[in-house]
Amino acid sequence: MIGMVLGWGLVALGLIGIILDLGGEFLLGGIPPEFWWVFALWGLSAAGFAVVRGQMFVFVMKRLLEAGFVIFVIATLTFLLLRFLPGGPFDAEKALPPDIKANIEAKYGLNKPIAEQYLSYLGSLARGDLGESYKYIGRPVANIISETLPISFQLGIYSLLLAFFIGIPLGVFAASKHNSLLDNGLMIFAISGVALPSFIVGPLLVMVFSFGVPFSAMQGLLPPALWESPIYYILPVLTLGLRPAAIIARMTRSSMLDVIQADFVRTAKAKGVAEQVVLYKHVLKNSLIPVLTISGPLVAGVLSGSFIIEIVFGIPGMGKHLVQSVSNRDYPLILGMTLVFSAMLVIANLIVDLLYTVVDPRIKLG
Amino acid sequence: MSNVVATAIPQDPSVVPSSVSQGKSLWSDAWKRLKKNRAAFVSLYFIVFVCLVAVLAPWIAPYSFETQNIDRALMSPDGVNWLGTDSLGRDMFSRIIYGARMSMSVGVFTAIFSLLFGGAYGALAGWLGGWVDSSLMRIIDILYAIPSLVLLILVGVIFNSLNLFENPELKALTGIFMALSVVGWVSLARLVRGQVLQVREMLYVEGARALGASGWRIVGRHIFPNILGPIIVMLTFQIPSNILFESFLSFIGLGLQPPYSSWGVLANDGWRAKSYPHLILFPGMALFFTMLAFNLLGDGLRDAFDPKMKNR
Repeated sequence: MIGMVLGWGLVALGLIGIILDLGGEFLLGGIPPEFWWVFALWGLSAAGFAVVRGQMFVFVMKRLLEAGFVIFVIATLTFLLLRFLPGGPFDAEKALPPDIKANIEAKYGLNKPIAEQYLSYLGSLARGDLGESYKYIGRPVANIISETLPISFQLGIYSLLLAFFIGIPLGVFAASKHNSLLDNGLMIFAISGVALPSFIVGPLLVMVFSFGVPFSAMQGLLPPALWESPIYYILPVLTLGLRPAAIIARMTRSSMLDVIQADFVRTAKAKGVAEQVVLYKHVLKNSLIPVLTISGPLVAGVLSGSFIIEIVFGIPGMGKHLVQSVSNRDYPLILGMTLVFSAMLVIANLIVDLLYTVVDPRIKLG
Repeated sequence: MSNVVATAIPQDPSVVPSSVSQGKSLWSDAWKRLKKNRAAFVSLYFIVFVCLVAVLAPWIAPYSFETQNIDRALMSPDGVNWLGTDSLGRDMFSRIIYGARMSMSVGVFTAIFSLLFGGAYGALAGWLGGWVDSSLMRIIDILYAIPSLVLLILVGVIFNSLNLFENPELKALTGIFMALSVVGWVSLARLVRGQVLQVREMLYVEGARALGASGWRIVGRHIFPNILGPIIVMLTFQIPSNILFESFLSFIGLGLQPPYSSWGVLANDGWRAKSYPHLILFPGMALFFTMLAFNLLGDGLRDAFDPKMKNR
């Protein structure tokens, strides 16, 4: 009972937040950021409840410890890789005078031995301090991340939501009309969606809907770049969501076709349950587990995919900054972004693992 | 199912099939199933065609990939330049053909390299087991936790700044090659380990061991042929993802740069040129159809090798 309230409450809060966020510009002038704190707290208590009730405390602790270790190793590896690169962050095309360069390097501690740099880096990391950017002088990396992460997060969440809302119904339709023209058509769409690179789809969509290339009537219909209000979201979200939508549609279809052959479906049909009820209540519910299984890799894919989308559409998110910081040799920024990206991936995988036990009580994690 | 049992217990000892002919029949079975899958077979032909184009590029392409003709810059497709020209008047058709050369060779060779390295790694972990396995797998877990594009960018940057070669094409290619291999071997290592773990417990492996076969012989004669199917399937999926990664690297400026041509370079050029659709449409189509063909072939191969699909 408590679990139901917590779970559905979380979903409701999230949907309200998204609706207000999308419509906020027109209705209320945006939603207060405190709303998302409430949402996060609610989510945490729901997760805590699930962990306690499912007796997964040990498992979660183990996984969190492992995640901490993985992130520590990634921090170390990235640090070492960057430090052993030839050429420092301040070797611009225009060479700096030697004393100025020495001064700058002393300011950021780059003249100290590597071991000392590493230790001080780990120390500040443990305090949650990611250092200052070299390129944006004086700006803490945490500051840059807290400014760009929400944008990437929005992009990713909307794309995933779109993928699920398009992918699952398409998969269900295809499976319910197995081997029909509709089924074949949908599967051609799904396979094509997997094979279409986003850096082709994005520019083509921009060409059609913003520049009006074949049909000049569509010129200026949607903005080609930036991330300012919901109308700006449409093209990037569509581009990023297409591939996961296609993958989900295929997965849903094949998993439904598997479940349709199960004994309990035959039983349900035999006792006279209506075809539609069998399909949606018995088959769909049980087919969603494999769909959930792939959502871990999907989250990773959306995370990576956001890089290209952010470059193509000029969205000031994390991916765009990461690519830029890499060419600028902005060490603290690269390190900070890599860590945040990895942490997001690790956490997403943990959440997916926990969701298994919620969706399928037969699965026991240990 | 009854069919399998019937052949497994032959009545007449003289018709006991030798191990060789049985091994062959698994493959010819798979081949027969693949042939029935029209989409996969057409894809196979298409891939062979693209490979031929890639190999024969200098003889097929009407122009060189770098010859500029400013007078004919940004032309739409016509009789002279079949697919139009780019902003420096280079022939699009020729650039796509040379792009096939680069994209396909990067895709295929990095996949093979990932297989050799990842396969050896995974086989070692799976075969030795115990603490070797768990420590080798820890490394894989860590690599898995880094988003692949972040890893790709990091490795790409490192090899770009190492300046191993003077030649910019060679420099870019080593960077791409290393980055793709570092990202690609992980999933192959996982797959091979899993397969080895499964197969090493099989009765026929135990039988071979009981007959005194050496470890190498067991791995080479018994384990390897039995895990080859899933590996081929994985490889088929790895090649398009490598082609995509190469395009991605070139797209963000870490891979090949013009005047050299790959499909990613062309897509990048087309995107920057904004409102000239032919510049992005044609390389996009080349990429799309190649990716589609590899995906369809991979699906077909998976169905053909999957024992569950047998006799269906």
